[in-house]
Amino acid sequence: MSTESQSPPLLDVPGPSPFGGGRRRALELLWIIAVTDFKKTYFGTALGYLWALAKPLLLFGVLLLVFTQVFRIGSDVPDYPVLLLFNIVLFAFFQEATTTAVTSVVAQEGVVRKTQFPRAVIPLSVVLTTLFNLALNLVVVLIFILAWGVTPTWTWLLFPVFAALLLVLTTGVSMLLSALYPRLRDLAIIWGVLTTVLFYGTPVLYPLEVAPQGLRDVLVLNPLTPLFHLGRRWIIDPSAPTLGELGIGAWQLVAAGAIFASVCALGVWVFRREAPRIAEQL
Amino acid sequence: MAANPRQQHSAGPVAIEVRDLRKSFRVPEHRVDSLMERLARPLTRADYRTLDTLKGISFDVHQGEFFGIVGRNGSGKSSLLKILASIYRADAGRVRVAGRMAPFIELGVGFNPELTGRQNIELNGVLMGLTRRETLARVDAILDFAELHGFDELKLKNYSSGMLVRLAFAVMVQAEADIMLVDEVLAVGDAAFARRCMEVFRERRAAGTTIVLVTHDMATVQQLCHRAMLIEDGVIRQIGDPADVALAYNSLQFAQEMPATGPDGQAITAVHHLHLEHAELHGADGRPVEAVAAGDPIRLAVGLQAVADLAGAAARIQLRPESGLPVGVFDLELPDAIARGERLQLGGAIANPLAPGHYIVDCFIATEDAPGSLAMQHIRLLGFEVTGAATDGMLHLTHDLAAVVDGGGSR
Repeated sequence: MSTESQSPPLLDVPGPSPFGGGRRRALELLWIIAVTDFKKTYFGTALGYLWALAKPLLLFGVLLLVFTQVFRIGSDVPDYPVLLLFNIVLFAFFQEATTTAVTSVVAQEGVVRKTQFPRAVIPLSVVLTTLFNLALNLVVVLIFILAWGVTPTWTWLLFPVFAALLLVLTTGVSMLLSALYPRLRDLAIIWGVLTTVLFYGTPVLYPLEVAPQGLRDVLVLNPLTPLFHLGRRWIIDPSAPTLGELGIGAWQLVAAGAIFASVCALGVWVFRREAPRIAEQL
Repeated sequence: MAANPRQQHSAGPVAIEVRDLRKSFRVPEHRVDSLMERLARPLTRADYRTLDTLKGISFDVHQGEFFGIVGRNGSGKSSLLKILASIYRADAGRVRVAGRMAPFIELGVGFNPELTGRQNIELNGVLMGLTRRETLARVDAILDFAELHGFDELKLKNYSSGMLVRLAFAVMVQAEADIMLVDEVLAVGDAAFARRCMEVFRERRAAGTTIVLVTHDMATVQQLCHRAMLIEDGVIRQIGDPADVALAYNSLQFAQEMPATGPDGQAITAVHHLHLEHAELHGADGRPVEAVAAGDPIRLAVGLQAVADLAGAAARIQLRPESGLPVGVFDLELPDAIARGERLQLGGAIANPLAPGHYIVDCFIATEDAPGSLAMQHIRLLGFEVTGAATDGMLHLTHDLAAVVDGGGSR
């Protein structure tokens, strides 16, 4: 029959999945949602972007005052103010993306329960929106760094590596948390506490060398610790001690790397496992 | 009416194939939904009640067919639609689909009130399965259809609810999917919008789009659907002619309206507690007839035998034309208690103002000790002709309308 040949073939309905409805559609949705969210936050209101910038800058100002005038940790560290700013802006990216992602799937309940929406797009768009924000903030950070008088070095070219690693970890954690939240509703509060712990457990406010050796051995298991230390050496202060000079052995770095990889793998695995059932749990 | 509701759709290639679809939900008796609780009691497994929502559903929808799915709340029809739409995953069974499918479970899902109309069109178009480029090319058509030109740069939070509904419907229509899955969208909006929806469905139907419509509105089912399916308690109760399906649905509703004295939430059963012995129409001489002259009373005689003890039973007899809603519904009181083996005669005369044509009698019996279930259900218990000269109108009603010349000019 002629109609038979023209008609599209019968294909299995894919069922809900992280990228249901085709990869291209998922990517287009990801882009549109991230861009519109970004525009909404920063161009929707008067002074929108200034407010977004004011938050890390305010935190930076307070911490700078406390740690150079009160505790004086920072006074001995070269280029402490720009290091602090650099660290705060990057840690804020991790913190903001993950805390927004935790509740994101539940917040988008409508599209999850009523449309064939690629589930992974929801946490990924949160990360992407926050990444746009980071890009804008980094421009400000760069101006500060140059104005402060930090000499550009070839290691600045390694910044994309640093940013990519941070992005991968942020994405993995975001996927993990957003997939678990529908079943564990206290995760938002718990994660709020945990990010605070991580903030102090990562050399953001202080350089790694001021921590005693015993504490350093524990801190370095947090994947963010070696990452932020490398970032400091690459961008702000090439003269800072290397991880080896700080008594951190190769096996510790391997352990941190393994934790990094397993968190990311766990995030992807859990999300893939939960995605088909998320609509039923909301 | 443009489309003939009774026109049968010739079976083309299959557009949706569903085979032995099963789905159950685990409903926790006590939901553990916090990490703290889980850590505090790591070994206690939550008690689950398994709810079998779909118990093996198989059917085909053909290309270009307008297919209705009806069922009461909790029957499983929405779960079925969500599995078709890739929102839920089936536990077992197979669903195959030919062509691009767009689900419209609810109008305006994914609309963002903080974005402008144009931005929302872009987002929603991609959500409906268009590419971004295709969506952008359709923005004007969508605004035209929604009659919202000049409002496209307005944020959605400033739209009226009527404007929102129009915009959502416009995006859905312009998405031009091969298969549309529609859940009750007609329930929102005003009368003008409902008319618009019906128009669009007729156009799409004529254009050969495959449409699956989930609805509670039996009039829509009978007007638009080529075929329909009644789901009850996770199984297909009836599939085929929309008029029959609508009746089966109405009879279920009737069964549910019985006063509930037993435990609530009892499943609907189709157990026949009454056995049909005979059903016929009698002429004036008491002999069975197949036809009744217009104006002559319709003398109905139905003989039943109880095959189980029945308490508090009630009967409903329905008289209806071959296509369409009942013209007469008669509720009969039955004896309070009917013992097993007892015979029951339902009968009597019904005044006959019916226009000539073919008519059908249906009969349902419900009991109050089994709320929600039917003791007997006979759709198309019997059919008969009303003979006479063809007339306009469905009924001959007595009247004393008259035209009188009442003088003229000034008094």
